[in-house]
Amino acid sequence: MDWLPQLDFTHRALIAGLGIAVLAGPLGSLILWRRMAYFGDTLAHSTLLGLCLGMILHINLYIGLVAVSLLVAIILVSLVKQNWLASDTVLGILSHTTLATGLIVATTVPGIRIELLSYLFGDILSVNMIDIFYILRVDLVALIILWGFWPKFLSTTVDKDLAKVEGLPVDVINWMFIIMLAFVFAFAIKIVGVLLITALLIIPPAAARRFARSPEQMVLLASIFGAIAVGVGFMASLNWNWPTGPAIVVMATLIFFLSLFTKLRSHA
Amino acid sequence: MLVDLQQVELKARGRLILENINLSVEKGEIVTIVGPNGCGKSMLIRIILGLINPTSGTVTLRQGTRVGYMPQNLSLESLMPLTVERFLCLSPRATKEKCQRFASDLGLTRILNNPVNAISGGERQRTLLARALLNEPELLVLDEPAQGIDINGQATMYEYIAEMRDKLQCSIIMVSHDLHLVIAGTDKVICLNQHICCSGRPAEITKHPEFINIFGEQVSTSLALYTHKHDHEH
Repeated sequence: MDWLPQLDFTHRALIAGLGIAVLAGPLGSLILWRRMAYFGDTLAHSTLLGLCLGMILHINLYIGLVAVSLLVAIILVSLVKQNWLASDTVLGILSHTTLATGLIVATTVPGIRIELLSYLFGDILSVNMIDIFYILRVDLVALIILWGFWPKFLSTTVDKDLAKVEGLPVDVINWMFIIMLAFVFAFAIKIVGVLLITALLIIPPAAARRFARSPEQMVLLASIFGAIAVGVGFMASLNWNWPTGPAIVVMATLIFFLSLFTKLRSHA
Repeated sequence: MLVDLQQVELKARGRLILENINLSVEKGEIVTIVGPNGCGKSMLIRIILGLINPTSGTVTLRQGTRVGYMPQNLSLESLMPLTVERFLCLSPRATKEKCQRFASDLGLTRILNNPVNAISGGERQRTLLARALLNEPELLVLDEPAQGIDINGQATMYEYIAEMRDKLQCSIIMVSHDLHLVIAGTDKVICLNQHICCSGRPAEITKHPEFINIFGEQVSTSLALYTHKHDHEH
């Protein structure tokens, strides 16, 4: 990999963090509007199993991560469709079961060596150039899909029945969204860790809501807030030796609280 | 024939919701579905729309029929900043110009830039109707269109619907509790209580023993008056 530009580890970390923060705008907003925060958590928690699977099978770890996330998503969606349990019950069961199983596998199966702490809370300083190129690729593909299908994402989010009657392929759009989430989670783990990834995705749009008068304004502002949280959180972690993932999330929360106390001229 | 249901049955969690539903809607026909709460009216509508599949039976919607749907309610997540105009423009067949024209027809021009979450019940129903109409429907499906509107607004709402129907020449399937307001403009009334108790022209249905059984003697007699009045206008 001699041809890659040689970047300082701090620069690599910052680029990776910003790469994920950019997606906090559109993906995070959609998660909030669709009330899927808990769904996102469940996907994230399942990635530990994916990581183990990748190590056991000696395949690219990212493939294992995405595969298991998608499998869990399929189980989730079909269980919820059965309609014999409330969706938050299904989510609660799967979310913690996958995390618990993952932890057991990670600590007992020989040949698996996972730094649990950095997996759970992120290890942004260990990001290498390969990770960065993966993240940028995911960014590019996700942003193109979101851009191209934005009206459809919006319409199915506002009212899926209306969207379906009006002829939109609601299920296809939903799965596109879930697949995007699975990929983003797989690549975001190094940045903030599985326990905090949903926070990085949903706190910036929650902060942006008060200032936005249209969905797009909220998305744009959320991406900006996410980027600020990553930047400031990263500096805090360098200066005061805070763990980076938690520092980023705390900064996002700080922005959220500041937004609550900001006076607005007119209310949306 | 626009819509045809044969032997439709719906079970949910082992409980029978709908049984033995045979129903058809012709082009240009106005069908009103009435019945007590929890009798399966909304479920029947969702089956007709293809939003849920029946447990058994066949549902046929003529190929390529454009449908306009006005749901009972709109549950918009409060974190979604969406103006009325934007909500209307989400319709795939909408243009900004068309949205504004329909909005002005339904008296929504003043609130086009208001957030959907901050409009009154009547405004919300008219917004939903405008959205349904924007799809240029051949079949308009309305689930309790006057819900949450005060008495004066209700009559206006049904006037709007009648006016729009004349303009668009579409068929209508409508669930309604406001029998006295809708019965005169209806071609066919379907009285639903898990199964179709009785159906027919308004003047006949109000005399049907099953109908009287469900709605009571008094309601039936007063409704017969409404249909009677209607007969005289012709």
